[in-house]
Amino acid sequence: MQILDRTTHETVIGIVDRLKGKEGALLPVLHAVQEALGYIPPEAVPVVAERMNLSRAEVHGVISFYHYFRSTPPGRHTVHLCRAEACQSMNAKALEAHATIRLGVAFHETTANGAFSLEPVYCLGNCALSPAMMIDGRLYGRVTPERFDAVIAEWEKRS
Amino acid sequence: MSGQTVVYVPRDSSALSMGAEEVAVALGAEAARAGLDLRLVRNGSRGLYWLEPLVEVATPEGRRAYGPVQPDDAESLVAAWRTGGAHALDLGVTDEIPYLRQQERLTFARVGITDPVSLDDYIAHEGYRGLKRAIAMSGEEIVKEVTESGLRGRGGAAFPTGIKWKTVLDQPPGQKYVTCNADEGDSGTFSDRMVMEGDPLVLIEGMTIAGIAVGATRGYIYLRVEYPDARAVLEQAIGAAEAGGYLGADVLGSGKAFHLELRIAAGAYICGEETSMLESLEGKRGEVRVRPPLPAIEGLFGRPTIVNNVISLASVPVILDKGAAFYRDYGMGRSRGTLPFQLAGNVRHGGLVEKAFGLTLRQLLYDYGGGSASGRPIRAVQVGGPLGAYVPEKDFDTPLDYEKFTEIGALLGHGGVVVFDDTVDMAQMARYAMEFCAIESCGKCTPCRIGSTRGAEVIDRIAAGDRREEHLALLEELCDTMLNGSLCGLGGLTPYPVQSALKHFRADFLRES
Repeated sequence: MQILDRTTHETVIGIVDRLKGKEGALLPVLHAVQEALGYIPPEAVPVVAERMNLSRAEVHGVISFYHYFRSTPPGRHTVHLCRAEACQSMNAKALEAHATIRLGVAFHETTANGAFSLEPVYCLGNCALSPAMMIDGRLYGRVTPERFDAVIAEWEKRS
Repeated sequence: MSGQTVVYVPRDSSALSMGAEEVAVALGAEAARAGLDLRLVRNGSRGLYWLEPLVEVATPEGRRAYGPVQPDDAESLVAAWRTGGAHALDLGVTDEIPYLRQQERLTFARVGITDPVSLDDYIAHEGYRGLKRAIAMSGEEIVKEVTESGLRGRGGAAFPTGIKWKTVLDQPPGQKYVTCNADEGDSGTFSDRMVMEGDPLVLIEGMTIAGIAVGATRGYIYLRVEYPDARAVLEQAIGAAEAGGYLGADVLGSGKAFHLELRIAAGAYICGEETSMLESLEGKRGEVRVRPPLPAIEGLFGRPTIVNNVISLASVPVILDKGAAFYRDYGMGRSRGTLPFQLAGNVRHGGLVEKAFGLTLRQLLYDYGGGSASGRPIRAVQVGGPLGAYVPEKDFDTPLDYEKFTEIGALLGHGGVVVFDDTVDMAQMARYAMEFCAIESCGKCTPCRIGSTRGAEVIDRIAAGDRREEHLALLEELCDTMLNGSLCGLGGLTPYPVQSALKHFRADFLRES
């Protein structure tokens, strides 16, 4: 297995040491690692495990259980497109088809230029303004295909 | 208008999703340019989502609403406020808008009114009166008040809150916990989010009262990661409550401690199930626990634990402040008090409607919702989230009451209502219910883990016209197995939407393939 480069290793160690005193610290630790690095590199698993006195299997098991944690680097921006019922009632399926064509990727993939990762999400709590999506934590409502294109164009300018 | 002009622009995430941030920036810039002394308050949402971004201005007659406002409207709005002139987006005095005027807002009394992170504003609007009263009471008295109010779990299961608290209270002294399930993952629900973004201190107060009642010194809010705006507001509000002495080692000089911490979930729907949430808070995979033991006896880290939903806890302060009888006087039958209904999906006037139990689904859909957004007939309504039944038109006159909904084979749940027009394919919605269950199953029990995948496959075969009657019978049998054999509500309730689709919309399964 590969090992983390020195800086990343120190980042992970720093996070674990800062948070491991909390009750049930593993989720806060994993969130902090993903926030710092954008994802949780598989090489970080043994580091976290050893430092927290857990087995690698336990840490890996937790990472793989939760949809939000990812083991591969994301694109510069992550588009979360809602697939749940309220959004479906307002044509989310058509939006989904449009989004995959516009970005040229399927769910869980990243565009070739590294700009966008596309992820499904099951409810963003914006159900009165469906269909909804979120880009890097910014919520959008009433997302028509036209609005999708306009918003993506805006984010393309930023990256 | 003379002096300072106070303007309200929501920081609620749904309002932000329609451009409220840009509107706030534009109004600030335009006021500076035009020389208007403007004070901008970032409030929660009033819950009239089709009018967001909804901007309000304070006037001697009360707050006036304008909406939906776009950044381009800043110039004309500022001009209207300077001169007292008319404006095309003027909706009149906010409280007089029928959608709001006819509501009974107890839990949502302050949402959209106050600055959510201002302790002063909270206290000026009757905040922390419940806690102050609770501090002077014994644990038994607090629990009795909650029990007598008739409050039942607003997360969906409708278990009496007071009985849960009593069980925790009766456990021997030692570390106990209060946990708030803020993993609002059901489609069609946003009332938890609205409270956390619009009046987080009411939730914090409710949890503090719970802690003092049962002798729990630590509390956790388990918040879904999909709610970053709620997270920011809650962090600020917890900080304000700590600084004001309302949280910490000695709550308001009572000698009682209550420490509150926000924990972020990681996108697993199942963690909205209480035992799964506890596993997650312990830093583990969110796998469901076998009950008994109940969390009230062996909960977080094996200690007695209150697990309540956001709205349940946020309803406690008003009960303690105004008394059990005040709250119990609202409602019907065994459903006491109010429920914040959420109108969502294909509906013209989507938003939050807090009403006493007892109005009918039809009143909610048409008198408040104004019918479908598409203008087409409403064909089916899913009440109570992805695990709730699809209700057909013939049942729309059912009163919104826990028991009445059980009688028609449906769930009232948390009062989320998702509207579908006549273009919906109910066989596909049934398939989606199974697909969702397969994606979100924790994997611990077989009926849920395997049954959901088989369910989606069987529906595909039915849709393709493959031995339809045989496969329909198989689907019914599978639903029965999941319903009776699953460990928790995910596998156990996924059959609800499927069976209701089969019962009320069978023709959709039998279309020409």
